[in-house]
Amino acid sequence: MPAASMSALLGTDTLIQASYFVTAVLFILGLKRMSSPVTARSGILWAGAGMLVATLVTFAYPGMSNFPLIGAAIVIGGVLAWWSGKRVAVTNMPQMIALYNGMGGGAAAAIAAVELYRGGAPGYGAATLAVVGGLIGAVSFSGSAIAFGKLQGLIKRSLRFRGQQFLNILILVAALLLAALLAGHFNDSPRVVTGLFVLALILGISMTLPIGGADMPVVISLYNALTGLAVGLDGFVLHNAAMIVAGTVVGSAGTLLTQLMAKAMNRSLANVLFSGFGDTGAGPTGTVTGSLKPIEGSDVGVMLAFAQKVIVVPGYGMAVAQAQHKIWELCQLLIDRGVMVRFAIHPVAGRMPGHMNVLLAEAGVPYDLIADLEEINAEFDTTDVALIIGANDVVNPVARTEKSSPIYGMPILNADRAKNVIVIKRGTGAGFSGIENALFYLDNTRMLYGDAQKAGAELIQAIKAVG
Amino acid sequence: MTGIVALYIFMLAAFTGYEVISRVPVILHTPLMSGSNFVHGIVLVGAMVALGNAHTPLEKTIGFIGVLLAAGNAMGGYVVTERMLEMFKSSRPGGARPGAH
Repeated sequence: MPAASMSALLGTDTLIQASYFVTAVLFILGLKRMSSPVTARSGILWAGAGMLVATLVTFAYPGMSNFPLIGAAIVIGGVLAWWSGKRVAVTNMPQMIALYNGMGGGAAAAIAAVELYRGGAPGYGAATLAVVGGLIGAVSFSGSAIAFGKLQGLIKRSLRFRGQQFLNILILVAALLLAALLAGHFNDSPRVVTGLFVLALILGISMTLPIGGADMPVVISLYNALTGLAVGLDGFVLHNAAMIVAGTVVGSAGTLLTQLMAKAMNRSLANVLFSGFGDTGAGPTGTVTGSLKPIEGSDVGVMLAFAQKVIVVPGYGMAVAQAQHKIWELCQLLIDRGVMVRFAIHPVAGRMPGHMNVLLAEAGVPYDLIADLEEINAEFDTTDVALIIGANDVVNPVARTEKSSPIYGMPILNADRAKNVIVIKRGTGAGFSGIENALFYLDNTRMLYGDAQKAGAELIQAIKAVG
Repeated sequence: MTGIVALYIFMLAAFTGYEVISRVPVILHTPLMSGSNFVHGIVLVGAMVALGNAHTPLEKTIGFIGVLLAAGNAMGGYVVTERMLEMFKSSRPGGARPGAH
């Protein structure tokens, strides 16, 4: 391979270190480019090039053996991930991020496990880093797997029982005790190592199981940051600068992103992790008065066609129905008629921040029509029709009024202040958080039942019929 | 690498991550999360070294699983991020029609 011939000239170690340096630079520049819409596409290519360089040069690492095994593992893992990543629908991408992130956490745990089973990394510092990296990686692995299961619909219920937090703390304390045994070289036996990883895996599962689906984006973001941190710690153990820099950068960026997301829901991270959001049972259902008033698609079509200003509020329902193309077609018809159309995106609409933006971008909606919560909330007062497409909790006025509600205090889109509210919804069920939506019962609200895609087509027909 | 130098690298990298993401618009939050998910796929390098230095069957087994998972992290993270960002082309004025899927 070319790396080998070049390394003869340069010295293998220098070549590898230089390549890792280039990789770290490419990663940082790539992430930087990914934070602007204009350069975002090139960002992933830069980061990808960095990964390729680092992977290839690692084959020349001194003292390596087991090359057939390494090659086989890369091919199997890579092909499976490539295949699943290409196949997955845009709507299911959030859980795939959770899955791939969990794999990274598992790999970080595996690296630490190999070091520890070998008899522990030498010295207290390296041993501590390996133990902590392994613990965090294993928690991220099993926790992400549960998050994937929940979003994929494999795990339908949130398991909660009395004393659950106490049990989690017990598991954590036990894991930390074993970690201290290993880090201090008091007992390096394989049994202690196994115990540590088993406890860490159980902790990830039992921490994630009680968290409700609405909070999953925050949790996935947190595990993403944790995996980054675990990779950075492993990097210190292996003296691998590329891992240190990339892992730490992701760890801190992911932590910030997690905070941004929790803030958007007006909750602290601790609250997300330990509150048992959307507890079943004594919900605030009794506080909702009035009735659900259905409406026909043709009537909505007329209403939209003669409106001056329409704000579309998309939510997970639009994603599930893959209705973004139909909705954009509908909006283009309205724009042609001179109606002012905007899209209002709540920070946590869908299953991830920016989830809706990705879908609307896919449909070709220009981003100057898409507005954030702060930008657009004052405009609902002067809006003729707020068209809610499969959004629920993010437009629930209970968040402003009902102190007992789990979503009390969360900033919402003020769709209820529009002159008319049309809600496109598949059925009469509550939102992902399990809370009844007071918006649906307001006097100015009408329900258009049906799949968002079919409803969109119906509205397009109705508007065309208006002429 | 001495401990204090390592600590400096850790600190500087942490600030870099914070700065890089602090001005990102909401529209790019999901792609950026996916992109950072790809970046920690660099764990592949460490997993390769771990498997490359494994001797006992236990070490080899764990190392193999590690490389397999890491390769999945890197490849899956890349493909999903690339597909998400691909869509942003179409949102530019005069851009091509979004591809079917």
